[in-house]
Amino acid sequence: MAGGETQSVQVLVAPPRSGGRRSSVRSWRRSDQLIFACAWAAGLGLCLVAGAIVVFLAVEGLQYLDPTLLVTSPSASVNQAGSGGFLDPLIGTITMAALGTLIATPLAVLTAVWVVEYGRPRWLAAAVETSIEMIAGTPDIVIAIFGLAFFQLGILAPFSFRASGGGVYGRSFLAAGIMMSLLALPLTYSATRNGLRAIPRQQREASYALGKTRASTIRRVLLPSLRPDIATGATLGLGRIVGSTAIVVLLLGATLQNSPQNSVPLLGFLRGTGSTLTSYIFFNSPAGEGNAPQKAYAAAFVLLLIVLGLNWAVGRISRIGGGASLHAGRMAR
Amino acid sequence: MLERFRRPWSDNRAERLLGAVACLTAIAIVLMVVFVAERAWPTFSHEGLSWLGSGGSLDSQVNAMVNTSATPPASAYFLRAWPLIYGTLLTAGFAVIFGLAISLLTAIFIVDFAPRRVQQVMTPVIRLLASIPSVVYGLVGILVLVPFVGNHLITAGEKASVANVIQLTGAGLMVSVVILTVMVTPIMTALITDALGSVPRSWHEGAVALGLNPLRATIAVSLRAIRPAIVAAAALATARAIGEAIVIDMVSGGNAFTPKPQDGLIFLFEPLRTLASEIIDQSENISEPALRSSIYAFALLLMFSGFMLSIASRLVRRPLRKYELSN
Amino acid sequence: MSARDVEFRSPCALAPTAEVRENDTMSINQLVFDPPALDPMTSAPPRAVDALAAPERMRLHDISVFYDGVPAVKKASLSIHKGEVLALIGPSGCGKTTLLRTLNRLTELTPNASHSGTITLDGEDIHDLEDTKLRTRVSMVFQQPNPFPMSIFDNVAFALREQSRRRPRRRELEPLVKQALQRAGLYDEVANNLDRPALRLSGGQQQRLCIARAIANNPEILLMDEPCSALDPRSTSVIEDLILQLRNDLAIVIVTHNLQQARRIADRVAFMYIGDLVELGDARQVFEEPREERTREYVAGAFG
Repeated sequence: MAGGETQSVQVLVAPPRSGGRRSSVRSWRRSDQLIFACAWAAGLGLCLVAGAIVVFLAVEGLQYLDPTLLVTSPSASVNQAGSGGFLDPLIGTITMAALGTLIATPLAVLTAVWVVEYGRPRWLAAAVETSIEMIAGTPDIVIAIFGLAFFQLGILAPFSFRASGGGVYGRSFLAAGIMMSLLALPLTYSATRNGLRAIPRQQREASYALGKTRASTIRRVLLPSLRPDIATGATLGLGRIVGSTAIVVLLLGATLQNSPQNSVPLLGFLRGTGSTLTSYIFFNSPAGEGNAPQKAYAAAFVLLLIVLGLNWAVGRISRIGGGASLHAGRMAR
Repeated sequence: MLERFRRPWSDNRAERLLGAVACLTAIAIVLMVVFVAERAWPTFSHEGLSWLGSGGSLDSQVNAMVNTSATPPASAYFLRAWPLIYGTLLTAGFAVIFGLAISLLTAIFIVDFAPRRVQQVMTPVIRLLASIPSVVYGLVGILVLVPFVGNHLITAGEKASVANVIQLTGAGLMVSVVILTVMVTPIMTALITDALGSVPRSWHEGAVALGLNPLRATIAVSLRAIRPAIVAAAALATARAIGEAIVIDMVSGGNAFTPKPQDGLIFLFEPLRTLASEIIDQSENISEPALRSSIYAFALLLMFSGFMLSIASRLVRRPLRKYELSN
Repeated sequence: MSARDVEFRSPCALAPTAEVRENDTMSINQLVFDPPALDPMTSAPPRAVDALAAPERMRLHDISVFYDGVPAVKKASLSIHKGEVLALIGPSGCGKTTLLRTLNRLTELTPNASHSGTITLDGEDIHDLEDTKLRTRVSMVFQQPNPFPMSIFDNVAFALREQSRRRPRRRELEPLVKQALQRAGLYDEVANNLDRPALRLSGGQQQRLCIARAIANNPEILLMDEPCSALDPRSTSVIEDLILQLRNDLAIVIVTHNLQQARRIADRVAFMYIGDLVELGDARQVFEEPREERTREYVAGAFG
């Protein structure tokens, strides 16, 4: 029995140990041992695959990448291997990303605000949530096909142009950009919605108690603190837009160079056809017509860098904001 | 007039405006269904459900349809889409099954076995894999995996044995499944790991206190507890795998063939095509009326399977939910 | 007439001291609904005198536990005997739970935890045993009931299933599950449907389920970490009666914040204060005639 006063631990018989005999893996059941081995294999395997892809693309891409490629347009010839760069596709990717995000973000934020803060009638809110879920689950190719059908409507001719036969072509930056926004919409919506839900009720109540309307509470109190979540969602959407190929292939026309529709400065460009990095890679691979795997690798490497950059940006933004919206964040036991 | 905008908005006005914006999303879905269905309609009205069946070589049917006139007669609609449906089921099915196994194992690894450093590395790794654009996966597939399979895994004898029917170039079932698996695994792993991490610690601790080793404790308790999340992850992965067009187009071979398991090992190397990849493939011919409606029919099928999957995963989650303290 | 002159009639005097037989479950319900009036100042039940004579199960010698080098328990030594209820009392954060958790090596789950000293179970150093085997002999019930997300039957059968090399049939498990539930005093309430989800039970029932689960494997020692602190008074008294019944077959070490509870059920009491084991002795002695100043103050309610 220990004595009465607090004794500081001075001399110990043996130095402190952290643990005793653990049930070592060797003593587990056969099936458990197998699972143990497979779990390690799976985890390390995934790391290996990721590393291999990045290293491979870096090696191949850097071999053929040189800065002039970034600023020259693709040549008009069939022989892509010889000449030309990917300035046009690069511009195309940036345009697409900007267009899609600019349309999707306000739409997503306003919708999320309505669903969380108002949400009446109930069935309508449920319908909206379900619709967004369905949009999220729709394959890119279906969205692309829908876009084609939609923009070939006569009244939407201003969004692209009329081909010589009289039919609406239906393919342009505008058409693709609007469809791209459907890709980004669910991501931005979820991020904003989760962010809104994470704001404690007391903040809203405090504002109402001061006599503010709900609308101005939203504008002045809630939205400012949502900026990181909106930014996270928008960046996630950006990533998805930058990486999508199906919509581009179907809705941007199959031209390697960006061909504006007419000479009106911005609008003509947007109504014209063109390419993005993704479609450029596709067409330069053996699956497309071009025969320039080197260009494809170089472009793929640039695309990878862009995507990695966006990933990193998402990580930074959400950490700053304490983002409530990021998946795969919590892993510690 | 701008005065009206500068005054603080009344709640009613704000609500109505926001509600209108929100409805745009619901309208978008409705439009999608309407437009796609409308263009797919001719196929179904002429062929009915036999369209889903099999019969004849898809490629020759498609080629024949390319050159019909602007208003094709009813006889021009004779596509049989089964080869595509079969291809879709085959690739997506295998990819999700393998992917689920790998994801579960990886999640257990991350949560139970990985040392701290490795744990921290895994999140960026998974995020990286999940965000690589599909066209890049396709590129690596077509420039690396396909030649590898074609030159090293398929023997000349095997190629010769089927040369009169199809060309075995390496692009086919195996490469498609491998790449699709790598594409869907990160999403599932992220979801499952997240769910495992949110299981209350007290359950795992309680199981360990009863004398189980940590692995068994996780399998017996935590995995059971997150069954709804596992189902949701699998549904998401299936939707992604079914809808993947670009990658499959690049690595599945030039032939809308139906791989036959009876062919033994060659089965793995046979080319195929899926609904999604066929759409991409035929996208230049989309102005041909007869073919166009078939293409939209493919898209309709894909759209509905996506909807069905999300409804099914919701339905399955609810009964599972009553057993667990679920998410 | 002082408090000591009052004969204390323990509710358990009404219960049989032999093994709980199948038809005896009614006695617990009787105790719940007609509890005899208890004078809070009375001493511990008479059995306490025999506690030290029973065979010793576990012995701790100079146990110190460190988290990141900071001592949470300082050189505690005590013994645990079969058939007794040993209560660890003391203010919050004084190392009671830590000491409890060293008994089944659960402290190893915390990173940066280390210890010195020896703990033996039936003579063997527990650190030489495999931890999984140790925990089947030394079971634990936690403060928050934590039934697994499965049916009642599966919960109780859980450890039984995991212990055997091949999967036992349900038929083989049924009598064992029934017995465990009866010993935990839960069988009557759930017998009609053992396949109901365990999470649907009330708090008190869940805790009794956890007790049933812990004793299904017939452990030698049952550790309880404030098992009633999350429960209402009715459930608390049910569980206290349970404890008094269970000690016939195993040794129970219970950490409790509640001095009245310790008075009601403990045979021996250990008082811990800021990591030191200040006093250890018979319940009667610790509560009535504490040797140490601090024990006296704590027992009288001067701090806590």
